[in-house]
Amino acid sequence: MSATSDAALQAAPVQKARGYWATVGRRFSRDKVSMVCAAVLLAIVLAAIFAPWLGLADPYQGSMIRRLRHIGTPGYLLGTDELGRDMLSRLIYGGRLSLLIGILPVVLAFGIGTSLGLLAGYLGGAVNTIIMRTIDVFYAFPSVLLAIAISGVLGAGVVNSIVSLTVVFVPQITRVAESVTTSVRNLDFVDAARASGAGAITIMRVHMLGNVLGPIFVYATGLISVSMILASGLSFLGLGTKPPEPEWGLMLNTLRTAIYVNPGVAALPGVMIFAVSICFNMLSDGLRSAMDIRN
Amino acid sequence: MNAPLVDIRDLTIRFTGERTVYAVNGVSLSLGEGEVLGLLGESGSGKSVTMRALMRLLPKKRTVISGSVAVAGQDVLAMDDATLSAFRGRTVSMIFQEPALALDPVYTIGQQIAESVKRHEGASHATATARALEMLELVRIPSAKRRLDAYPHEMSGGMRQRAMIALALACKPKILLADEPTTALDATVQIQILLLLRELQREMGMSVIFVTHDIGVAIEICDKVAVMYAGQIVETGTLGDIVRTPRHPYPQGLLASTVHGARRGARLQTIPGTPPSLDQAPAACSFAPRCAHAQQRCTERLPPDVELAPGRTVRCVLAENPVPAS
Amino acid sequence: MTLIEPLPEPILEPLADIGGPAQPLLDVKNLTKHFPVGGGFLAEKKTVRAVDDVSFSIAKGETVGIVGESGCGKSTTARLLMHLMPRNAGEILFDGETVGGTLGMRDFRRGMQMVFQDSYASLNPRLTIEDSIAFGPKVHGIADRDARALARELMDKVGLRPEVFANRYPHEVSGGQRQRVNIARALALKPRLVILDEAVSALDKSVEAQVLNLLTDLKREFGLTYLFISHDLNVVRYISDRVLVMYLGQVVELGPVDEVWDGPAHPYTRALLAAMPALDPDQRTQEPPITGDPPNPIDPPAGCRFHTRCSFFEPVCAEVCPALSPVAGGAHSAACHMVIPGSGHSRAPQSLAPKAGDIAGATP
Repeated sequence: MSATSDAALQAAPVQKARGYWATVGRRFSRDKVSMVCAAVLLAIVLAAIFAPWLGLADPYQGSMIRRLRHIGTPGYLLGTDELGRDMLSRLIYGGRLSLLIGILPVVLAFGIGTSLGLLAGYLGGAVNTIIMRTIDVFYAFPSVLLAIAISGVLGAGVVNSIVSLTVVFVPQITRVAESVTTSVRNLDFVDAARASGAGAITIMRVHMLGNVLGPIFVYATGLISVSMILASGLSFLGLGTKPPEPEWGLMLNTLRTAIYVNPGVAALPGVMIFAVSICFNMLSDGLRSAMDIRN
Repeated sequence: MNAPLVDIRDLTIRFTGERTVYAVNGVSLSLGEGEVLGLLGESGSGKSVTMRALMRLLPKKRTVISGSVAVAGQDVLAMDDATLSAFRGRTVSMIFQEPALALDPVYTIGQQIAESVKRHEGASHATATARALEMLELVRIPSAKRRLDAYPHEMSGGMRQRAMIALALACKPKILLADEPTTALDATVQIQILLLLRELQREMGMSVIFVTHDIGVAIEICDKVAVMYAGQIVETGTLGDIVRTPRHPYPQGLLASTVHGARRGARLQTIPGTPPSLDQAPAACSFAPRCAHAQQRCTERLPPDVELAPGRTVRCVLAENPVPAS
Repeated sequence: MTLIEPLPEPILEPLADIGGPAQPLLDVKNLTKHFPVGGGFLAEKKTVRAVDDVSFSIAKGETVGIVGESGCGKSTTARLLMHLMPRNAGEILFDGETVGGTLGMRDFRRGMQMVFQDSYASLNPRLTIEDSIAFGPKVHGIADRDARALARELMDKVGLRPEVFANRYPHEVSGGQRQRVNIARALALKPRLVILDEAVSALDKSVEAQVLNLLTDLKREFGLTYLFISHDLNVVRYISDRVLVMYLGQVVELGPVDEVWDGPAHPYTRALLAAMPALDPDQRTQEPPITGDPPNPIDPPAGCRFHTRCSFFEPVCAEVCPALSPVAGGAHSAACHMVIPGSGHSRAPQSLAPKAGDIAGATP
């Protein structure tokens, strides 16, 4: 069977092997912790997306007579908040904004930071100096302070929060991207590609991108939890979402007055932030070990 | 006749984890006092793993060890942690391929040697420092006094390797394990280190196990040689036996394929194929797939370990014939 | 669906021979590379003289070996020749032409290829073996399909069955097999000169012999010229026609391999040869040929760079840097005051016809 003639062999269509990412996916899917985290996140995301069709109570409809009901009250599975609004409903609806503000800045920063880091790392020299020194300026400020400052200048609002968080994450991702790119760039296969006459763009596309994307992606996944917490912080300070919009950070803020009256309910938005953050962190760890296919 | 200093019986080492690796498969080895044994093999032949087992340096969690390892009458595999740490450095000491990694970068050479002497012998600071100086002079480090205060990164590769030898020998161990100590060095430095080790071995009367992949290096330093392949010892004998009249086809092929003395343009003799992956315990001769003399029985069961003379064994069916194979 | 097609036409033609057989394929003149090191805030700026005024040539069809210890500049030389890093000075003529002059960079890239020491680092871990080999031809405008066909043909040539290896990733094959892939990749552009930078050094001995045989076969089949860089003198002697001995960025001896081995003229070459482990248990080395480590290439010693380790040191050695001078006739030369008539060294030949025996006899 395998003794096909040379001609037949060369004419035969090229079989695609199981690629690197398929192998990573297989290893990743075997990791139980990661799979549980993925399932939890998926459930939260799906619930947030399909919230209007879940038959939940109106998240904006309050009532003075049923304020701060405890968790497990019939009809109010997770109790009610300080204005008598259904917590379950608000937590699920809140996921829409919270997840958006948590994930979108990281996605945007991933795109911008990777491009900047790749350019700085591959081209080196003056390009590197300009990009990296500019980045260093941003590093001079603690990220919380930076986010607050930018949001403060731009004014409160969801879009402005996303912009300010993106600005916070771009330097971090750029720095990681640059260091990964620099280390890959020094490997012999890049020199081999240059020796074959390929241009910078081709080398970056074929040889660099595939090798740097993984580690940057893992790092960015880890940032999602930071982003969620920062976004909540902004809302908590009144720089993000405005009431009565349900958003976990904002909810945490408004419920803090009820912390002695009904600590269980008051803690719920925090629990959500914590759960989502830890799930993203676990996923990023799982991804990191799944990508190390040489073990 | 005393019992041998090192006596390894039927040592089998398996690494578990995502993949199982049968790294060492039934190795028996003995080493007398003042002997220099070369453990010769290619990468993945199990030579370094065998050495590490002698010092119990393998990760406990992922390693399954069976067989017995006795050093100076002590059962190494049964030692508790306290006995083990006294045993390491005192009875057995080891030098590595990369002194840059084996030496602690944050302490000076003098501090590291003195620390070892203090810990093992309970010596005072002054005595220990004096010993450190003595050791650096012993390994012929020029201006030793000044070098006591040098950090590893301030020394060249050859000097670092000398410093590591000084550290290893500071407590006058009975046995020195050398794991490819000259592989990373330049040729002109390698020969200096080999000659130094040869001289120190003679002066101190210690036993040495020298792991190497380079037959030339083995020739410079060893009295006896054990050739390893796929986690087994395929042939043992004196250096002369192995170099002049190898009986197993693997060392035969290895010697025939050396470039040394080959005529330019003439084809080199090679051993076809590549070493086996070690994901299964051997059930037949591991070398059979690459062997020109393979017979049916080679692929059916493990080859016999034929003892030709005391200390001269060959793990091959060919050795059963009285006619030398070469 | 089975399509049986005729073999594809040869798609990448090797570059034409322009200068004819008498024109060296590679002519290197005064090649120099200095790296600045340190020189941070308040720190003193230093220079690594990695390659210093190196000149040599390689004839068509020849194999030239470069030997030397770490830091001698042999790998930097390779990268300079490949135009992978800028040089400070010097001229590199490929078949009589310079890059940027009459020879375009893209054509030059096709003409000269390189195999690196680290077989793993020199392959992109994310690309299959076939993709890695086909990359070069695709860069030069060959259609994907033809490039893949070429890759498979080359895999066959280097002894890797395409149906087994084409779709594998570098980590799925052994070191020896990876080095075969690297060789195939280098050949994919139909080069005329291949630089082998420690290409067999990391391989096990039994595999090394296989790869050396392969290199010999490929050289004959494709009419290649090799520049073979290695620290292993046995291998260099086996494969090279001529050899270049480098020490701290300079060529100290140059000549036909047998002449250099039988009558090494530079004390460093003699030391290198004497440092090789003997293969005879009865003839073990008794004395180290030289003591100490190779000095740091940062700010190397003045005069002859070897004078700090040389047993024939005389004042002139620390003052004047000896030029490469003929030892016996024109083919063999060495950069040592002991072969330069009237150099001021007491062992220098008095007449213009030095006797190699004088110097060789001086070895202990």
